[in-house]
Amino acid sequence: MIEMRQLRKTFTVRVKAGRLRREKRLVEAVDGISLSIGRGEMVGYIGPNGAGKSTTLKMLTGVLTPTSGEVSVCGLQPVPQRTRLALRIGVVFGQRSQLWWDLPLRESFRLLRAVYRVPAGEHEARLRRCRDLLDLDGFLDIPVRQLSLGQRMRGELTAALLHGPEVLFLDEPTIGLDVVSKQAVRSFLGELGRTGDVTLVLTTHDLADIERLCHRLVVIDHGRVVHDGTIEQLHSRYGSRRRLVADLDTPLPPGFTLPGTTMAATEADGHRVTFTLESITAGAAVAALVSAAQVRDLSVVEPDIEDVVARLYTDG
Amino acid sequence: MGELRAYAALFGGRLRSATAYRTSFAVELVSNAAGTAIDVATVFVLYRAASVIGGFTLDEALMMTGITAFAFVLADLTVGNIDQLETYVRTGRLDAVLVRPLAVLPQLMLADLPLRKLMRLAVGLSVLGIALGRNDIDWTPGRALLLVTAPISGAVFFGAIFVMSAATAFWWVDSGKLGHGFTYGGRDFTSYPITVYGSWFRTLFAYALGFGFVSYQPALTLLGRADPLGLPDWSGYLSPLVALVAVGVAAVVWRLGVRHYRSTGS
Repeated sequence: MIEMRQLRKTFTVRVKAGRLRREKRLVEAVDGISLSIGRGEMVGYIGPNGAGKSTTLKMLTGVLTPTSGEVSVCGLQPVPQRTRLALRIGVVFGQRSQLWWDLPLRESFRLLRAVYRVPAGEHEARLRRCRDLLDLDGFLDIPVRQLSLGQRMRGELTAALLHGPEVLFLDEPTIGLDVVSKQAVRSFLGELGRTGDVTLVLTTHDLADIERLCHRLVVIDHGRVVHDGTIEQLHSRYGSRRRLVADLDTPLPPGFTLPGTTMAATEADGHRVTFTLESITAGAAVAALVSAAQVRDLSVVEPDIEDVVARLYTDG
Repeated sequence: MGELRAYAALFGGRLRSATAYRTSFAVELVSNAAGTAIDVATVFVLYRAASVIGGFTLDEALMMTGITAFAFVLADLTVGNIDQLETYVRTGRLDAVLVRPLAVLPQLMLADLPLRKLMRLAVGLSVLGIALGRNDIDWTPGRALLLVTAPISGAVFFGAIFVMSAATAFWWVDSGKLGHGFTYGGRDFTSYPITVYGSWFRTLFAYALGFGFVSYQPALTLLGRADPLGLPDWSGYLSPLVALVAVGVAAVVWRLGVRHYRSTGS
């Protein structure tokens, strides 16, 4: 569905160098990315600010012309075949509205039907589905400029889907949303992904989006792919460890060690301890701890993807 | 066909948006009418100050002013919106335009509704009408045809200039009013007989850039006057050709510009 080979985008930036002199400097926003994404895949595309996420998305949608490399989406070349491609993809740029600011949301959908030349029946069916799943009915007749961010984003999602796109590009779809709206957007996208005919590429800073939605995670930094695989692979590759957190009746004696683990933290005057499991199973660690101390409560915590990704960014 | 309907829908949407702000629309209409009145007054004041301008009588010169006025208003009404491009580029809003299955240029042309400029169309037409009434034209089929092709070619030519000067924003986001030198400057240049300008300036604008074929040459042909600068009588019929060349150049510049678009971080 999506193919990128050695895709690059170089920007020339003028930097002040002295009082009047300006220096040209080349910035490699995307520095040779090769990726292949199949039909129905849901891919999370993440990276720190300025890593090249949006630039990649803009090259995939025909907004930006690549400096070099090859790119094809739905078998089309995004820039030369931009308008043909636009009929087959849906785009939500969190910060750039596709809606008509001064018109009721309903009107925007009507206009989009004309812009994308969608048969009335299909339009109706898709709109009805979005109205149900995204709960649009309460604000269909309100001008877009008066909508809350969450309402607007649900409108944007609908707008991107009314022409039945094969690929959906979402740039920060949950940015700035409250918990409830985030939840609504996520479960809607999850629902969409389950049908299996929409390919979804999502950039986000909210890793919960990725954990909920994407089987495949592509991490980029400085314009290069630093990880491409499942979340589990990311953990094993970067040695994320599970942790054992225990609440104790009495603090552990000083110098206590639990074989196969390292002590990660001690809180509440030693009443709560955290061990990182290095070379021991959770069961064995629990058994060893219970035999050594009065344990009131126990939990095994899965590795935190935020930590892993943060480590990835700083290493890069 | 479907695309035409899409543009029509965009136009309709724009119309409805405009009615969302009735008061500001009314204010704009009034201020535009006032601006247009001042424009016309300027022409008459100028012509009262001298009886002969660049070797032409006032009525003959008015012929050029008339063709220009009508052609420019026509271009401004249809393509003039394109000067909004600068804002679209600076804010990155062009992204949203580029992801739609329609050409960029018509989308931008329909992004604003210049109804307020309709007043100017009436004024442009009447200046041309007055000029026709005050000159004794020896009507032939060729000249009748010229009366139609000259303003339309002029409008197409100005439209191309509008597009080119707007497209500079793709390279220099803060190109600002640079382009106005060629659009509004071009209108002013072609409002008078080109004989009034200094020779290198005239060569550059009238012949190299083609502005001389917007109104000066067609007006001479209409009036049946020999060109004091020596171009043959039929050169007045060249304006469609000049306009087509301008459109070709504008299309290339525009295409290069869109490819050069950098968007903004988001």
